Amino acid sequence: MNAKLRQAFGFISSLKLTIVVLAAALVLVFGGTMAQVHLGVNEVQKEYFQSLWVWAPIGSQGLRVPIFPGGHLLGAVLLINLITAHCRRFRWTWRKLGIHLIHAGLIIMLAGGLFTDLFSVESYLRLGPGESKNYSEDSQRTELAVIDESDKDFDQVTAIPDSVLGKGGAIEHSSLPFRIIVAHFYENSHLALIEREGAGQPAASQGIGIHVALTPQPPSASEDANNVASAVIEIVPPVAPGEVTAAPLGTWLVSEALAAPQEFSCAGKTWRLELRARRYYKPYTLTLQRFTHERYTGTDIAKNYASLVTLIDPDRSENRDALIYMNHPLRYRGETYYQSGFEKNDSATILQTVHNPTFLAPYVACAVVGAGLLVQFALQYGGFTRRQAAALAT
Amino acid sequence: MIKRNAPWLAVLLGLVWLAANWWPPAKKTGDFDIATFGRTPVLTDGRVKPLDTVARNSLVIIHGKQTLSLDNGQTLEPMEWLTDALFNSPTASGYPVFVINNPDVLGLFHWQQTQRKYFSYAELAPFLTQIDEQGQKAEGVDSKQRSRFQTAIINLRNGLILYQGLENSIQPEDTDHFANEISAYLAAAPAGLAATQHRQKGEAFDKDKFNQMGQWVDRYQTLSDAANILAVPPAAAGAGEWLSVGASLLQSMGTGQANPAVKAYALIGDAYRAGDASLFNQEAQDLSQWMARSQPHATGNSSFESLFNRMAPFYQALVLYVFAFLLVAWSWLGNNRGFNRAAFYVLILALVVHTFGLGARMVLQGRPPVTNLYSSAIFIGFGTVIIGLVLERIYRDGMGAACAALIGFITLVIAQHLAESGDTMEMLQAVLDTNIWLATHVVCITIGYSAMFLAGMLAIFYVVRGVFTRGMDRDAAQSLARMTYGVICFATLFSFVGTVLGGIWADQSWGRFWGWDPKENGALLIVLWCALILHARWGGYIRQRGLMMMALFGNIITSFSWFGVNMLGIGLHSYGFMEKAFPWLVGFIVSQLALMVVASVPLARWRSFHAAQA
Repeated sequence: MNAKLRQAFGFISSLKLTIVVLAAALVLVFGGTMAQVHLGVNEVQKEYFQSLWVWAPIGSQGLRVPIFPGGHLLGAVLLINLITAHCRRFRWTWRKLGIHLIHAGLIIMLAGGLFTDLFSVESYLRLGPGESKNYSEDSQRTELAVIDESDKDFDQVTAIPDSVLGKGGAIEHSSLPFRIIVAHFYENSHLALIEREGAGQPAASQGIGIHVALTPQPPSASEDANNVASAVIEIVPPVAPGEVTAAPLGTWLVSEALAAPQEFSCAGKTWRLELRARRYYKPYTLTLQRFTHERYTGTDIAKNYASLVTLIDPDRSENRDALIYMNHPLRYRGETYYQSGFEKNDSATILQTVHNPTFLAPYVACAVVGAGLLVQFALQYGGFTRRQAAALAT
Repeated sequence: MIKRNAPWLAVLLGLVWLAANWWPPAKKTGDFDIATFGRTPVLTDGRVKPLDTVARNSLVIIHGKQTLSLDNGQTLEPMEWLTDALFNSPTASGYPVFVINNPDVLGLFHWQQTQRKYFSYAELAPFLTQIDEQGQKAEGVDSKQRSRFQTAIINLRNGLILYQGLENSIQPEDTDHFANEISAYLAAAPAGLAATQHRQKGEAFDKDKFNQMGQWVDRYQTLSDAANILAVPPAAAGAGEWLSVGASLLQSMGTGQANPAVKAYALIGDAYRAGDASLFNQEAQDLSQWMARSQPHATGNSSFESLFNRMAPFYQALVLYVFAFLLVAWSWLGNNRGFNRAAFYVLILALVVHTFGLGARMVLQGRPPVTNLYSSAIFIGFGTVIIGLVLERIYRDGMGAACAALIGFITLVIAQHLAESGDTMEMLQAVLDTNIWLATHVVCITIGYSAMFLAGMLAIFYVVRGVFTRGMDRDAAQSLARMTYGVICFATLFSFVGTVLGGIWADQSWGRFWGWDPKENGALLIVLWCALILHARWGGYIRQRGLMMMALFGNIITSFSWFGVNMLGIGLHSYGFMEKAFPWLVGFIVSQLALMVVASVPLARWRSFHAAQA
C-alpha cells in the first residue's frame, strides 16, 4: 500500500470522521424535523433522509444547489467509516467485546436501513364488507391499465407505470396490437365538466374527454392532499396491409378522477382503458368479513379497530380467517398487513401492506447492540466501583 | 447536637408535615358529608372515576385551578362547588368561576379589563349566543394559526359547555323537587305509552296523554344529550354500558321503575337544596353502599382515587424536594455532613411519597407509568431522583442529592402545569393501547430523558460553582466530571434501547421501523448526541470542561425532544400545541446557551481554578 492510499484509509477509518458525520447527522435530523412543519413528512423523507444531498433553490430561476449531505450519503459514509475502523483497529480482547458488539450491530442496522429504503414497497388494501381483492394499491404511484376482456375466463391486463407515461412518446408492447402515444402526462390535475362550468377546451377527442376540461395543477407534497394524475393518450392502430401509415383512432383522457374505465375497439377486440393506482398482485385473495371500530363509552376516542379477513391461497391450500388489529398485523408470504385506517362511517377498512425483505435486520441489530451496551456498561461500572472503593479507602 | 441529630430531626419534620396534610378534617354534625358523596363512581370521558375527580378536573379546566375563592373571602373545595353545580344551579351560577384573561374577549362583552379575572355564569349568560358564534368561527381555524383571542374564546366556550353539561348531568337544572318529578313521570308513563301505541296502530288515542308523554320524552332526551356525566351503572359490571340519568329515565318508561341510582341521586339533590344535611348524608351513604354492592370494583377504585386526590402525593413530594435542596445548600454553607445526611434521608422520604403517587396512578389506570406528557414529567423526576440518590450514596458530596432535589422539584412543577388540561388519566388512543410497548419503549426513553437532564444539571453545578465560587477544588471537579460521564453512558444505553424498541413497535403497528416522525427524530437526536459525546471523549477531543459543555447542550436537545417536537403540532405523536410552554422552552434553551458561553471563559478566570493556582 502506498503512502497516499494509507493516508486515505487512515482518514476514512478515523474517529475524527465519525465525529464529523455524527455531528452532520445531528444537524440533518434537526433540520429535517423542523422542515416537516412546511413540507410534510413524505417530502422531507425524500429530500433530507433518502437522498445523497439536500438541495436548496437559489434565486427564482429554479437553480438548485446542494447545501448539506443527505441521509443516504451520511449513512453510507458512516457505514464505511465503521467497517474500515473495525478492520483497522480490531483486536480481540474481552474488554473490547461490548464495543465490538455495539458497532457490529450498528453496521447491521445501517445496512438494513439502506436496504429497506431501496427494496421495501408500501401499498394499501382497501376492502368494503364482503369485498375480495388479490392486489394492493400504491398510494403515490399510478399505472395505465389496458384490459383485453375477450377471454371469458380471465382479463388480460397490460399495465404501463406512471414512470413510463411521464417520459411521453410512443409505447409499444407485444400484448397490444396498437401503439399508445402519450400526448401529456400530469402528476396532478383538476377535471371539470365543460357543460357545468360553461367554459373550457375538451381534453380529448374520444370518450369522456370530449366533455371534460383539464387544468394542470402543481403536484402537492402534503400528506392529506391527494394528487390526481391524468394523461391524454392517442391510440394508433396497426398499419393495414398495403398502407404506409395508420390513422390514429383519436385521443382519450385517462385520469384517477374518472370513476369508470373507457372502452374502445381495435383489431377486432374491445379494450378498456383506465388510469388507476398502481396495483401489486398477490397469489392469494383477502376477503373482508367484518370491520369493527370500538370507542370508549360516551366518547369518540377509538379503543380498537379490527378487520376480520379470510385468506385464500390455492397454491398453498390455505383457507382461514385472520384477525388484523392494532399492533397485531397479519404476516403472510413476505407481506405484512396492518390495520391502518378506515373510511367514513366505517364503510371500509384500510390495511397498510408492506413488503420489506429486510424487516428482520433491525431486530437482529437491536439484539446485538443491546447485548454490546450491556456488556460495555457492566465492564465500565465494575471498573468504576472498584476505583471508587479504592478512592474512599484512602 | 443538632448536627448529629439533623437527619432524624429533618425526617421527623417531613413526617409531621405529611401527617398534618393528610389528617382528615374534623367532621361536625350538621355538615353535609360531601366527602362520602365525592367518592361515588361515575363515568366521564370513557373512564370510571369518583365525582371528586370530576370536580377537580372540571374546575381546573373552567377555573384554571383546583380551589375557588368567592368574593366574600370564603374558599370552596372542588366537591363543594360541584355539588352546587349539580343540584343548586341558582347558587352555582353566581360563583365567579370562569377565568377570562384575554382583554379582547372582555371587549366582546364591552367590558374593560380590571383586576377581576373570574366571572360567574350569571354574568356571562347574556352573551352565550355571541360566545357560541365566535367560538364556532374560531374552531374552524387550524389550531396552529389561531390568534390569542380565538384560543381564549374557544376555551371559554368549552368551559361553558362543560359547565352546562354538569348542571344537567344528575337532574334538569330547573327542577324543584326531582324525586317528585320522577314519581309523576313514572305514574304518567303507562297511560302515555298506551296512547302512543294506540296512535301507532292507527286506533283512537288520548291526545293529552300522548302530548304529555312527548314532553316527558323531550325533557329527558334533552337531559341525556346535555349530560357530561354518566351516573347510572349497568346492572352488573360488564353487563351493559353506563347511562346518563336522562337515558336511564327514558328506559324506565317501559319498566315503570326508576333505577336505584337515579332515585338516590334525586333524593340527595332534593335534600341538598332543602338544606337537610342528615337526609343528604343518609342518602349519600345509601348510594355508596348500593354502588359497593352492584359495582364493587368501580367503587373500590373510586374510593382509592379520591383518597389519592386528597393525599396529593406529587404536591407533597414537591415540597419535600424543596426541603431537601435547602438542607443540601445548608450543608454546603456550613460544610456540615449532618445536614448532608439529613438531605439524603428527606430525599428518600420524598421519593417514597413520589413512588406512592406513581404506583397509585398505575393501579388506577391499569397501565405502565408513562401514558402521556403529564406522566412523563412525573416519571422523569422519579428516575432522576433515583439516579441522583445512587450518585449521592457513592460520592457523598451533596451533588447527586442537590441535582435530584432540583430536578424532582422542577419536573413536578411542570407536571402541575400540564395537569391544567384536565384528566391526567385519560383513555388511550387505540394504537397506544398496548401495555408491553408502553412498559418498555416509553419507560426506556423516559429514563433516557431523566439521565440526560441529570447530566445537564451536574454540568450546571460544575459551571456555576467553578466560575462564580471558590468552592470547587480539583477533586470536586473531577468527581463531578466522573458522575456526568457515568450518567451520560447510562443515558446512551437507555436512549438507544428505547429508540430501537420504538422502531420495533412502529414496525409491529405501522409496518415501518423508522418513519422520520418528529418524536422519533427527537429520540434519535439524543442518541446521536450521546454517541458524539462519548466518541469525542474517547478520542481525546474533549476533556472535563468540554464534557460539561456538551452535557449542557444535552439539556437543550433533551428538552427539544421531550417538549419541542410536540410544539411542531405535526406527526403521529403530537400532543397538541402548547402555547404557554413555548416561551419557557425558549427561555430554558437560551439559559443553557448562556451557561455554555460562561463556561467558555478561559479557565484561568474561573474563580475556583484561580483560587487553586493562587
